[in-house]
Amino acid sequence: MTALLDNFWVLLALKVLIIAAVVPGVALVFIFAELKISAHMQSRIGPYFAGGRWGWAQPLADGIKFMQKEDLVPEDADRPVFKFAPMVVLMGTLAVFVIVPFSPKLIVRDLDIGVFYALAAGSVTTIGVLMAGWSSANKYSLMGGLRAAAQLIAYELPLVLAVVGVVIQAGTMSMNGIVVAQIEPVFHIGEVAIRLPFLLQGQVIGFAIFMIAALAELNRTPFDMPIAESELVMGYLTEYSGIRFTMFFLAEYAGMFSMSAIAATLFLGGYYLPGVPEGALDVLGPLILMAKVTLLVFIIIWLRWTFPRLREDQLQSLAWRWLIPLALANIAVTAVAKVVL
Amino acid sequence: MDWGDWLSNSQNILFVVIALLMVAAAVRVVTSPNVVHAALMLVLALGGSAALFLMLGAEFVAWALVLVYIGAVIVLFLFGIMITRAPTGRDPVRLDHERRWPAALVALATFATLASASVAAFEDEAIEGGVSSTGDLGDVLFSRFVIPFEAVSFVLLAALIGGIVLARKDPG
Repeated sequence: MTALLDNFWVLLALKVLIIAAVVPGVALVFIFAELKISAHMQSRIGPYFAGGRWGWAQPLADGIKFMQKEDLVPEDADRPVFKFAPMVVLMGTLAVFVIVPFSPKLIVRDLDIGVFYALAAGSVTTIGVLMAGWSSANKYSLMGGLRAAAQLIAYELPLVLAVVGVVIQAGTMSMNGIVVAQIEPVFHIGEVAIRLPFLLQGQVIGFAIFMIAALAELNRTPFDMPIAESELVMGYLTEYSGIRFTMFFLAEYAGMFSMSAIAATLFLGGYYLPGVPEGALDVLGPLILMAKVTLLVFIIIWLRWTFPRLREDQLQSLAWRWLIPLALANIAVTAVAKVVL
Repeated sequence: MDWGDWLSNSQNILFVVIALLMVAAAVRVVTSPNVVHAALMLVLALGGSAALFLMLGAEFVAWALVLVYIGAVIVLFLFGIMITRAPTGRDPVRLDHERRWPAALVALATFATLASASVAAFEDEAIEGGVSSTGDLGDVLFSRFVIPFEAVSFVLLAALIGGIVLARKDPG
C-alpha cells in the first residue's frame, strides 16, 4: 500500500480524484446552507420537500435538473469561446485547492510560493467571466463581463496587499509554513505557552481587507454588480443553461470554499486549534479547518442577506480610497513591528 | 547533437509541445479576424511562456506572469476592446494592414537576432549560480541588486504618475 502511494503518478491521480469529489460535495452543502440560511433570515422556511426532513436533497435535485436541461448556445454566440468559458472559470477555481493544507500531510503540494500561487491561479477566472460575457452576444451579458473586469481593478490590489502582512509575519509564503508559524508560541505565562492565530497577533485590518476583497472576487453581495439580477437579468450568466450553468454555479460555491479556506489558513490558524495536541492534527486537522471554513462561509452568506448592492463606482472608491491605503499602512506597521519586536 | 537522444527525454517532448502551441497561438494573435480572439490567443501564448518558466524551475516568475499578464493586463485589454467595439464573428473593420510583409520581416529579423545572440552567448550550458527559489530571489533582489531594483520601481512610479497626468481632464 505505501509502496503504491510512493509512486508519483498514483499519488497525483489520487489527489486529483479526492479534490474532484470533495470540492463539489462541499459546494453542494454550502448551496443548501445558503438556501436555508437565507430563508430563515427572511422568515421563510426554505426548501422543505425534496428528500424528506429539512428538504436536504434540494441541491442534489437542482443539480440533476440542471444537467438534464438542454445545453443552449445562442444563434449569434461565438460557439467555441461560449462553450469554453465555464471550464476556464471552474479550472481557475479548482486550481487554488492545490495549496490548501487540510492537515500537515493532507495537501496536494506545499508550494514554496503558496499564497502567491493561489492568487495567480484564482485571477484566471476573470478571463473566463469576460469570455462568457462577450461570447453570449447579449447586451446584458457584455455589461456583466465588463463590470466583472472593472471590479478586478478594484479588488485585486487590496487582496494581494492584505496577504503581504501575514507573509511578513510568518516569514514564508508556503501555506504549511504559515500554519506552523501560528503554532509557535507567542509568549509564555508561567509554564503555559500562548499560541495565537495571526488574526489575534495584529492582522485584524489585514483580515477585514482580505474578506472584503474576497467578497468582491467571488461576485457576492454587496459586490455582485456583474450578476445584478434587477439590472442585468443574470449578467454574464444570462445565456447559459444546463451543464455549463451548473459549472458556473459550482465554481461560485467552490470559490467560497477556497477563499474561506485560504482566509482560515492565513488568519485563523488553519488546521491548528490551540489545545489540540500536535500528534492528533493528522486526524483532527481537516475537521478543524472545515469548522473554520464553515464559520467564514456563514459570515459570507450572512453579509449577502444583510447588505444592499453597491454601485461599481462605490466599490472603486472604497477600494482605492480606503482598502489600499489601509493595506499599505498595515504592511508598514507589520514590517516595523517584525523588525523591532 | 543526436535528435533521437534529444527527443527521448520526456522534458524535451513537453518543451516541443508547449513551444509549438505557443507559436501557433502567437501566429493566430496577428492573423485572427476578430480582436477578442486575438487577445484570447495571447492568453494561450502567455500561459505557454509561464509553463516554460515552470519547466526551468523559475516558479515565482511563472506565477507572476500569470497574475500580472493573464490575470490583469489581458483583462484590461479585453475590457478596453469590449468597451469600444467587439462584435462576435468577423470584425466588419479590416484588421489587416498593407505593410504586413515588412512587419513580418522585422518580426522574423528580431527573432533571429535574439535567438542567435542567446545561443551564441550560452549554447546549451547550464548557468552557474542561478537563483530559482523564491526566497533566494528575494534575498538577491534586496541585497546585491537593491539599487537597480529601486531604480526600476522609481521609473515605474514616474510612468504611473505620467499616465495619471495624461489621462486627467482638469477644468481650465
